[in-house]
Amino acid sequence: MISINDLKFHYPTGNFFLAIDALNVEKNEKTAVIGPSGTGKTTLLNLIAGIITSDRGVVDVGGVDVWRMNDRDRRRFRISTIGFVFQDFELLNYLNVLDNILHPFRITDALKLDDVVIERAATLAEAMGIGDKLKRRAKDLSQGEKQRTAICRALLPQPKLILADEATGNLDPENKTRILDLLFAAVDEHGTTLLAVTHDHELLRRFDRVIDFRDFQSDMPG
Amino acid sequence: MHSFYLAWKYIVYNRIKTAVLVACVTLITFLPFALQVMLDESERQLMSRAVSTPLVIGAKGSALDLVMNTLYFGDERPEAISMQAVNRIWDSDLALPIPIYTRFKARGYPIVGTTLDYFDFRSLNIEIGRNLAVLGECVVGARAAENLKLKPGDSLVSSPESLFDLAGVYPLKMKVVGILEKSHTSDDLAVFVDLKTAWVVQGLGHGHQDVTKLADPTLVLKRSGSNVAATAKLYHYTEINEKNIGSFHFHGNTDIYPITAVIAVPNDEKSETILQGRYLAKEETQQILRPAEVIDGLLQNIFRIKNVLDAVVSVVALATVMAIILVFALSLRLRQGEIETIFKIGCSRMTIAKLLAAEILIIVMTSTTLCAIMLAIVGTFTNDLVRMLFIG
Repeated sequence: MISINDLKFHYPTGNFFLAIDALNVEKNEKTAVIGPSGTGKTTLLNLIAGIITSDRGVVDVGGVDVWRMNDRDRRRFRISTIGFVFQDFELLNYLNVLDNILHPFRITDALKLDDVVIERAATLAEAMGIGDKLKRRAKDLSQGEKQRTAICRALLPQPKLILADEATGNLDPENKTRILDLLFAAVDEHGTTLLAVTHDHELLRRFDRVIDFRDFQSDMPG
Repeated sequence: MHSFYLAWKYIVYNRIKTAVLVACVTLITFLPFALQVMLDESERQLMSRAVSTPLVIGAKGSALDLVMNTLYFGDERPEAISMQAVNRIWDSDLALPIPIYTRFKARGYPIVGTTLDYFDFRSLNIEIGRNLAVLGECVVGARAAENLKLKPGDSLVSSPESLFDLAGVYPLKMKVVGILEKSHTSDDLAVFVDLKTAWVVQGLGHGHQDVTKLADPTLVLKRSGSNVAATAKLYHYTEINEKNIGSFHFHGNTDIYPITAVIAVPNDEKSETILQGRYLAKEETQQILRPAEVIDGLLQNIFRIKNVLDAVVSVVALATVMAIILVFALSLRLRQGEIETIFKIGCSRMTIAKLLAAEILIIVMTSTTLCAIMLAIVGTFTNDLVRMLFIG
């Protein structure tokens, strides 16, 4: 599903440097990414999604060279192929749960919003245990409910790949397990590939594979 | 449409910020338009009546006060002149004189003492009832009648000039005999009486018990032949009716009775010029005015003030627009996280611009609608507002 070769990336300022010679993630694989802060885990997710690009290396997602597409195609590819679960949920406080889940459909013409999608969003929310909170504003939700809403938003476009950036980072142990259960169930059900950044070593055993970022170079070569 | 949906949700969520923005845009749009509407209407109202009134003669003093009082029955109190001013014009044979006496009020509306010529001159028609015929009657303007809920057969009492003037004249209960058709001028808000009735209101004419038939000796102060001097206990009539109308009389020479002004309708242009020339002498105590010129002077001043106001409003508008830009810039900064998120999800910068444009459009449309409603309200009440602001 993901194939990275000869990746070299650095930000215009600072001495951060990410180098990955080769990294492959198979389809339907649930992969955890671990490593100390500042080693480039979030940068890797952004590079895979094409939010940032580099002129050194190749990132292939589902057979598509993400960086070689033009900006418009890359955005359309991202919104229809990749689901993002952000560390801080990044829900919009002024929207209710349903509108937050449907939000990707309202900001692009690559996804078509119709009654079927709205029905699917309600079913997904029901499965995530927030079916009774569809009309509640995001700011009035608990941390667990926010995270579930964020997962629903990522899953609704039925992406081939889910990138989760510390999706369980702010949750208590009980909620962490529940959220991961729900995420794994959804991934299994839709045959999705999951690449999840986490600091939580207790959860690692549940993933098919673990990538440790200490194996990659993250300092500018001298 | 999704842009408008999301923009609407954001606006509703931030309703206080939105309300302040809408209020700012509405006010800054409304002010210059409302000012223009008011000025157009005031120009129309003031000029149309001024142009249709050829000449006004009154005591020397403020020309504007005299014209505003004679044409619009405003609260200005120009010095009174006597009926001799009317006779002087009659004697000149150059114009038709129409006396106007506007000193008194009835329930807040000016009592205009005049002659029947005034109704012909202003083309005023009676809608219900009849015109003035007998002393003590009044004909009421359409809006005054509407506001006071008067109809022919009702009574209207003149207001005392001073509540504490115990020695002053008694209020006169006047009989409403007619209601005028609407003319959309100051006549709609006036109570018209015959000049003599106005003098009765002033106390210059009065009616009382027949002193030659007084039975109560305490009412008689002194008798000498046919002359009887009565005490203040003598009963004065406060209403003129068929039974007591015969007792009403005027003391002294009515030629020196007061009026406010005379509207002179010249026979022709030449007569007008000659008549104007007769009031040019240095020792002349009266002035003759062409109302159109006086009102034009007033409007020039108003327009000068309007130009200043326009400049002030422009500066305030500029400041408001800059403040609104600042609000949006700060809002953008506050929403940086949200913008980052939707950009990461896959939204284009154009969509973000569309979202902001939709917000601005909703605010502008709401403000425009509010402004239009407020202008419609101003339009409805312009007549009264102009009267309140310029006439009093």
